[in-house]
Amino acid sequence: MSGFPILSLMLAVPLVGAIACLFVGDKMSRFVALGATLATFVLGCILWANFDIGGAQWQFTERADLFGRFQWALGIDGMALMLIMLSVFLMPLCILASWDAIKSRVGLYMAMFLIMEVVMIGVFMAQDLLLFYIFFEAGLIPMYFIIGIWGGANRKYAAFKFFLYTLLGSVLMLIAMIVMIAEAGTTDIPTLLNYDFPAGMQTWLWLAFFASLAVKMPMWPVHTWLPDAHVQAPTAGSMILAGVLLKLGAYGFLRFMMPMFPDASAQLMWLVFGLSMVAVVYTSLVALVQSDMKKLIAYSSVAHMAIVTAGLFAFNQQGIEGALIIMLSHGVVSAALFFCVGVIYDRLHTREIDRYGGLAVNMPAYALFFMLFTMASIGLPGTSGFVGEFLSLLGIYEASSVVAFVCTTGIILGAAYMLYLYRRVVFGELTKDDVKAMPDLNAREWTIMVPLAAVALWMGVYPESFLAPMRGDVTTVVARLAPAKPAGDAHLAAGKPKPAAAQGETAHGSAHAGGAK
Amino acid sequence: MTADLALIWPELILTIGGLITLMLGTFLGDRQVGIYQLSALLTLAAAAAAVVALFGVETTVFSGTLSVDGFGGFAKLLIYAASFVCILIAPRFFSGGMRAEYPTLIVFAALGMGIMASARDLMTLYVGLELNSLAAYVLASFMRTDERSSEAGLKYFVLGALASGMLLYGISLLYGFTGTTDFAGIAAAMGGQLNIGLIFGIVFVLAGLGFKVSAVPFHMWTPDVYEGAPTPVTTFFASAPKVAAMALMTRVVIDAMGPALGAWQQIIIFLALASIILGAVGAIGQKNIKRLLAYSSINNVGFMLIGLAAGTQQGVEGVLTYLLVYVVTTLGAFLVVLQLRDADGNQIESIPALAGLSQRRPGLAAAMAVFMFSLAGIPPLFGFWPKYLVFEAAVNANLVPLAVAGIVASVIGAFYYIAIIKMMYFDDKSDTEIPAGGGAIVEDAVITASALWLSVIGYLFIPVLAVVSASAAAVLF
Repeated sequence: MSGFPILSLMLAVPLVGAIACLFVGDKMSRFVALGATLATFVLGCILWANFDIGGAQWQFTERADLFGRFQWALGIDGMALMLIMLSVFLMPLCILASWDAIKSRVGLYMAMFLIMEVVMIGVFMAQDLLLFYIFFEAGLIPMYFIIGIWGGANRKYAAFKFFLYTLLGSVLMLIAMIVMIAEAGTTDIPTLLNYDFPAGMQTWLWLAFFASLAVKMPMWPVHTWLPDAHVQAPTAGSMILAGVLLKLGAYGFLRFMMPMFPDASAQLMWLVFGLSMVAVVYTSLVALVQSDMKKLIAYSSVAHMAIVTAGLFAFNQQGIEGALIIMLSHGVVSAALFFCVGVIYDRLHTREIDRYGGLAVNMPAYALFFMLFTMASIGLPGTSGFVGEFLSLLGIYEASSVVAFVCTTGIILGAAYMLYLYRRVVFGELTKDDVKAMPDLNAREWTIMVPLAAVALWMGVYPESFLAPMRGDVTTVVARLAPAKPAGDAHLAAGKPKPAAAQGETAHGSAHAGGAK
Repeated sequence: MTADLALIWPELILTIGGLITLMLGTFLGDRQVGIYQLSALLTLAAAAAAVVALFGVETTVFSGTLSVDGFGGFAKLLIYAASFVCILIAPRFFSGGMRAEYPTLIVFAALGMGIMASARDLMTLYVGLELNSLAAYVLASFMRTDERSSEAGLKYFVLGALASGMLLYGISLLYGFTGTTDFAGIAAAMGGQLNIGLIFGIVFVLAGLGFKVSAVPFHMWTPDVYEGAPTPVTTFFASAPKVAAMALMTRVVIDAMGPALGAWQQIIIFLALASIILGAVGAIGQKNIKRLLAYSSINNVGFMLIGLAAGTQQGVEGVLTYLLVYVVTTLGAFLVVLQLRDADGNQIESIPALAGLSQRRPGLAAAMAVFMFSLAGIPPLFGFWPKYLVFEAAVNANLVPLAVAGIVASVIGAFYYIAIIKMMYFDDKSDTEIPAGGGAIVEDAVITASALWLSVIGYLFIPVLAVVSASAAAVLF
């Protein structure tokens, strides 16, 4: 596999597909888009299969001096690999989810989705600071169209808000990048990762990056664009927004802010913890009182992302690994939940929770899947949500027991709002005539639900598949942060495990992997 | 003297070619559009070839009043190319009303602009500027039966005369206090202590030049003139003269006032920020697409001035790259506006009429979307790159607060660019019919080429652009 530009090919396939979609007409474009995304997914699987776990930090690197001032430099590490896999896995499902729901200007819609895919995986692959920025910002354009053209009643407002909000954050990051390039004299990300910026400068750079990434994340109090964007976006738009775009912020934290500005990260840890704590509790409470299903899930996303940020800033192996697993898990589960909303929205054309009720009677298969994803969102053991939340809370507890306490409250509230949602939609009396008339899942919806459910369970039962590629990268980040890391309030002291028990523990894998340190 | 003549071939070609075009129009009559148009186009092409042939020459002619160098060459090529396009697209617009004066005036304006871009003396500066301005006043009122066009011409003339007055006053102050009109001599005199007279001179010269580049607060004429002038003329105003005025301003500021950095830098910074912010805010309420593009040009001039405010070679490189990308984008955007005609063949200028354009004319709407995103500086479109360069120059010149203020204000600008896209893509079709305009092969080709270049393809040209703009900017340092 060495030498073959598989990463460039992964970018080229959806790009060619996007151009083709514009010209082949509405009917064909669906198939072109599905074909292109499936081909990219296959390439992604090849990529994963050939990824050498424990090998070089950066693999599949490509470098071409195309742009003079900066390079076409691609390469992935384990974290990027997993996030790329998440993107290419969700993309064909998004295309399928919009198969019937999108009726007008299908060619343009499919083209925008494929461009979205190029941009998203480009962000994770970029090894050049400017190339990263270009991909990062380029995502605004297709999403603006997707929300604005195929969204709900208030779509124009939501599209503007999404665009301007995220743009305002990003431009500050650009200035920070210019300063970094001037200071370090290179745009190469692996070099910058090991460059020690002066402490005073770090704080400013950190704040500028934070302005951008906190909006993307989104963190409280700059999260307000998200509920609007989600509510107005078409189902597949919400799926990709929650599934992948929200991960860009956390990816930026982990890729740039923490290893590049370790001192500033340690110094401003309180800010991240503070905002995260507010977000977990506040957005969970807000989610509890929503009457719109999509808005509820959107607020739950903000809450989950807050646990991610807290986990990342715990500065230890468990916290960061847990945060990464929450990112992956949330990517699958929230996409699935938005799809669940989409399924019944397509039938009744409303997202009002009160309009439903008793779906368990006439849509049993749907109720089953919805239940599974609800549980995964709550973090029931056996589902993907549990692994991430447990690991990250473990890490957070080591850093600060207060933060861990508040974040756990959020998980309890999470169970409350999700179960309350589930009860109102699926259980209860089936009284409304139009709800009675709703048919259960069709073949296409089954095709989407099954892979999502399978991955959610796989991640819950055997998370080692996902943790193994990322472990080395997390260790690198933790080592980079170690000199700056403030003492936690946990005062961990190694116990004396019985030799036999220690033997048995390694077999359990993931949850203990970080605990060995 | 004769040796000097060999070095000003581009100017000579334009003078002779312009006169020939004028004669052709006079003797053959206005109906022979093809002939005099061809003559003007050939003239511009030949002048451009002469510029290319002189590439690498770096000297001054006529006792140091005019320079022949890469910087002027870069600007001239851009000016000639923009003028070329503006002549090319005219006959379809005027449809029968085309007169030979149009290409002739543009050729003479291009001559004046070429002199502006290579002036090394306050007197040549003024001669070039006025030659360009006189042609421009006439061009603005070219459709003499149209009330708006006449008004635009008159307004432009009155305000232009005022600006010329300010400029002349500044020039006379500079001359009075330095004893020379030569840029190098002025620079030498500014090396020492600045007295109040010199500072006044700098302020008035920059005010006059600020009028020409339409920087805030000297921008008031721009929206009215852009709106009133016939669209091909507006296209011309928005492209070539911007290049000439910006090149002139750069040369004056760096070459003549270089040592007095502290005196002019704050003026340029003010002009830059005011232009960016007012250009963005002023555009928001506009209902006429030409007025909107006028504000957009003010906004873009602000970004170029950020590069100039840095006062470094990197900044000038940024300005030159910006000019190139800006000219391509503006030409493209105005060409799209030219294509918008209702069923009766009347020009459509109102923005609400653009509603739903993507469903009637998908190609045109897509091109316009590319131009708008590019003007807003959203990557991956190429409009991002020059913005990056000027901000980088500002940061490297320790003007981080300026860069931050500028880039935050650029988000305000993004609002109205994406509002146009919203109009074309999100809104339902308007009542105005916009039938497909057949036969506009030249226009379509130019639009397609510029849109493609401004999409990601432009990035592949960065290495070439970097070399060219660096060698052009190096002349001034």
